[in-house]
Amino acid sequence: MTDLADRQKLSYIAAQAADARLNVELETEGMTLNIGPQHPATHGTLRIIVRLDGEQVIWAEPSAGYMHRGYEKLTEVRTFPQVTSLVNRIDWLGSFANEVPFILAAEKLMEIEAPPRAQWIRTILFELSRIANVSLFLGDLGVQLGAITPVFMAFRDREYVLNLIESATGGRFHPNFDRIGGLKDDLPEGWITETKQVMKKLRNFCDEIEALLFGNEIFQSRLRGIGVIPADVAKQYGLSGANLRASGVDWDLRRDQQLPLAYDKVDFKVWTHPDGDSFARCWIRLQETREATKIVDQLLDGIPSGPVMAKVPRIIKVPAGEAWVSTENPLGEMGYYVVSKGDLGPFRVKIRSASFNNISIVPWVLRGVYVPDVISILASLYFILGDIDR
Amino acid sequence: MAKLSDATNETLALPGDALREGVVTALREALGAGLIDALIKPNDDIWVRVSADVWQQAGRVLRDTVGCDYFCFISAIDWMPSPFGRSEDDPTAPPPERDTAIKQGYAGGTTRMQVFARVTNLSKHFGVTIKADVPDDAPMIDTWVPVYAGANWHERECHEMFGIGFQGHPDLRNMYLPTDFEGHPLRKDFPLLARMVKPWPGIVDVEPLPGDDSEEGTE
Repeated sequence: MTDLADRQKLSYIAAQAADARLNVELETEGMTLNIGPQHPATHGTLRIIVRLDGEQVIWAEPSAGYMHRGYEKLTEVRTFPQVTSLVNRIDWLGSFANEVPFILAAEKLMEIEAPPRAQWIRTILFELSRIANVSLFLGDLGVQLGAITPVFMAFRDREYVLNLIESATGGRFHPNFDRIGGLKDDLPEGWITETKQVMKKLRNFCDEIEALLFGNEIFQSRLRGIGVIPADVAKQYGLSGANLRASGVDWDLRRDQQLPLAYDKVDFKVWTHPDGDSFARCWIRLQETREATKIVDQLLDGIPSGPVMAKVPRIIKVPAGEAWVSTENPLGEMGYYVVSKGDLGPFRVKIRSASFNNISIVPWVLRGVYVPDVISILASLYFILGDIDR
Repeated sequence: MAKLSDATNETLALPGDALREGVVTALREALGAGLIDALIKPNDDIWVRVSADVWQQAGRVLRDTVGCDYFCFISAIDWMPSPFGRSEDDPTAPPPERDTAIKQGYAGGTTRMQVFARVTNLSKHFGVTIKADVPDDAPMIDTWVPVYAGANWHERECHEMFGIGFQGHPDLRNMYLPTDFEGHPLRKDFPLLARMVKPWPGIVDVEPLPGDDSEEGTE
């Protein structure tokens, strides 16, 4: 531990002791507070039960399950190509990204690979869904802290990205575009030029948000030093994505594994932050959105020509076996453990969604924080309800 | 203090199979006969199966010796073939004959239920899938919460969905289902109730596409 960390520790202990003295003097009684199920900070229906001592949380427990749809059971009665329409609805803000790891797992079992052009377009759409997802986070973050303007900017600029996804896939929210062996269609005409213009707009949006929010003094004082998650705790709880990188762990599945996607063809930076607080998590997401626009730009310049679909049988039977594929989704590591028995449909699919792990740290991280910080910490952890409940 | 990384897109070669064999050797040294089976797929992944009584110890070995300090998930598999098939039977016809033999997957198995988990080594870029058989009559296994704190919610989910008990778990309440819910939905003998109430409409929708006589190939 450095001197700085020691000083932080001492001031933390002093603050705790002061609070404890105050509580003894005032003889405060505990109180249980329900945050949610309907609360703007919960992006759906997550209920958080907190036990308060004065303004301080002494115990917190999220209560999920208001939206459990049983996808793991449903996959067992679907054929492999039908599963994508289910998993689209897991993280509904970045739907296309949900399809990719499942299709990759099925392709791994079948020992086929999509043609290069399909891999590139997959990667582009993957990053576009990341931009659509995280740009909404950046706007929504303001609302959680009392700033209304950013959310309008976010909805305005996300619309451009959704239009792009719609014109390429036909679906704004649930593209269902990925197929075993490739993609449903090729890109429409003029899409590449249009995408480049939109990427410029999105970079402007990132600059605006950075100037408006991240430089704001209130914003900083609400987030800095709040909800600190050390690296070893983050790893134990299986945090992933920006939440893990904000704790200083340099781990990004786009870079650190080999998948038949085009990430190894582009040059991008994996951002990390040593602080592990709420501000770091938000800051990482901002940088990643910007980085994603650059990835898309680079990919657009080099899309190879060729077919977008490999030769696959019309009736897809996946050979028996087990495969695990995970990708770096907008919310973090999303993976599918697919067990096939050589049938038309999977025998068992374990869906490892990012938010489930990211939210399981809430009882740990909320202990000892003040009530207003509960909202900002939840916002900075960034979860989608469908991604917790599945 | 963690350092700010400036690593930019360094392409990492897949970890060699020597590394994977090293993982299995380390587990065998630490667990002895507790390690029952191991499967290494070249250039791909590792599956190991341990006996249920060393499950927690295996977690510790993976975390401390093998360096897999990143917890990914815990879940279970019910290897019994579903008595309902894919819930597409015609309700008016007599139920068809189905294969009831239990066949386990990679790294083998002897019981119907298996608990499996995945942990990752973030510095050497590999993951391990570890399985353990749980006895059919009393599905119980030790908890991983003292090893990986994140196992808490995964074990709760596994408990309600498969009815597997985790010894030493601090709080095995239901995550999703009501407290008085009966049955374990992800077990294969639990019917998908929506399909029981209303049969799958797909069974009437079997008209072949015009001009579609070959199964192979989309040009």
